Amino acid sequence: DGNLALKEIQKLEGHTDRVWSLAWNPATGAGGLPPTLASCSGDKTARIWQQGSSGSWNCTAVLEDTHNRTVRSCAWSPCGKLLATGSFDATTAIWQQIGGDFECVATLEGHENEVKGVAWNSSGSLLATCSRDKSVWIWEMQPGNEFDCVAVLQGHTQDVKMVQWHPHLDVLVSVSYDNSIRIWIEDGDLNDWSCVQTLGETSSGHSSTVWALSFSSGGDRMVTCSDDLTMKIWDTTNNPSEDGSWFHLCTLSGYHDRTVFSVNWSRDGIIATGAADDSICLFHETKDSLVGGQSYSLILKKDKAHDMDVNSVQWNPKEPKILASASDDGSIKLWRLTQ
Amino acid sequence: MPRELINANPVVHGKKERRVRNDSPNIDEYAEEPIDQQEIFDILIMQNHIIPYYALSFDQVLQYWPNYYELLFSLIFSNHVRDIKDPEHPYSLEELNVVSEDSIEVNDKLNHRDRFVCVIAIAKPSDHFLYRVTFTPTVEHCSMATIIGLCIRVKLMRSLPSRYKIDIRLAPGSHATEAAVNKQLNDKERVAAALENPNLAEVVAECLAPTFA
Repeated sequence: DGNLALKEIQKLEGHTDRVWSLAWNPATGAGGLPPTLASCSGDKTARIWQQGSSGSWNCTAVLEDTHNRTVRSCAWSPCGKLLATGSFDATTAIWQQIGGDFECVATLEGHENEVKGVAWNSSGSLLATCSRDKSVWIWEMQPGNEFDCVAVLQGHTQDVKMVQWHPHLDVLVSVSYDNSIRIWIEDGDLNDWSCVQTLGETSSGHSSTVWALSFSSGGDRMVTCSDDLTMKIWDTTNNPSEDGSWFHLCTLSGYHDRTVFSVNWSRDGIIATGAADDSICLFHETKDSLVGGQSYSLILKKDKAHDMDVNSVQWNPKEPKILASASDDGSIKLWRLTQ
Repeated sequence: MPRELINANPVVHGKKERRVRNDSPNIDEYAEEPIDQQEIFDILIMQNHIIPYYALSFDQVLQYWPNYYELLFSLIFSNHVRDIKDPEHPYSLEELNVVSEDSIEVNDKLNHRDRFVCVIAIAKPSDHFLYRVTFTPTVEHCSMATIIGLCIRVKLMRSLPSRYKIDIRLAPGSHATEAAVNKQLNDKERVAAALENPNLAEVVAECLAPTFA
């Protein structure tokens, strides 16, 4: 595959400040629903982008006048009907499309300061949020767009940068400025959430802020990225709810020379990374029969993917060759991986 | 109630003499040495878009500007950093020896000098450089270190073209919690959040107010 290329399809412009985060609506791109992408920005808005019948992408909604500071992260519920946005204003907003408009149908308050990450579990019944206040909150969705906080998870000693659920299990992972990765499960008997494993530097973990994580589609691998300029692959085959532990498989280093902010695993098994060196890298697993293990190799590096830091890279879940990236330069780019 | 100062009696040093601009008009535009080096660097550094103006090789650049790096550092310093005010005192960071011309490093990310120069010369639109500024707080437990670092970062962010990468670090050994301060100053999410905090933004605005012109 020497002729792989990442070709820019379209540059989406509209945000007036850095774009922090992107989320593909998982229910779109099939069944007559046009592919839909959400983005959020330092301009205090989120935007909805949709592919029109001509094939080109347009901004179809601007979600504004709700957050009064940076909107740091966004996530669609699995059914694609609700969008959660986390903001530096310490709140999380829940948006629903009503008619042609997006309306804020709930505001989740409780964190002491900046909300940095939001994530739905696979069934859409639980929403996790994390903050500079070092805590992770789990909210349960009730009928009528009510959200009850069912757990406040304490354990990180610094900001929590991102939360993400396992693709099939109700296992939550958080990553932090304290350099660690924490794994949380609900204790069935006590109805309480607790940290069952901490992957720190002594577990071959990261030596600086961990910014993001992503699971492989099967859920048997996890990748994390860090200010230490590396990505780490973890074996997540064992179920933490059944006393199984996760462990370090390998470290990818020497590919980015500034902070790696974002990592995302495609349905096809390709890992994309976006970093403060303005580049995007793609990695693929290679079976190493001699050593009997797996290794991951770089299949493509796109230098100068953006004019400034790349903050988010997200593969389209329906069309796994399409990648979206967001940058400090205020733009979003859609890319096609071609052979 | 008067606020208790972290460093009540700082040592105040003199300001370094400003580099004097050679303003003597050169009427003859075909004269042998028409290039005012300083003016060129002012243009290169101050403009938000570096003009694709001097498509010169590294050798040619050095021929015109043998003291290229010295000039570049000096200009960044004089134009961007020296006049930032201390958060506690009516003195500039230069007067308190918090920053000096030696505290600024410029590198292209691959450390290739000639690539760096060529980048400036032909201004490839998305090439970027790394600015590293080190500063020395007046006392080693100074709780103002983060604010000073934040001011330097904001000043450079506002002055330099947006694609420039900026690292801010305490001078090694200058502060009790050096690693923690460095980590905070170089976490762009924390910096962005800090600048949205009205109280912090006000302190930064005061430090950057142009009263030392």
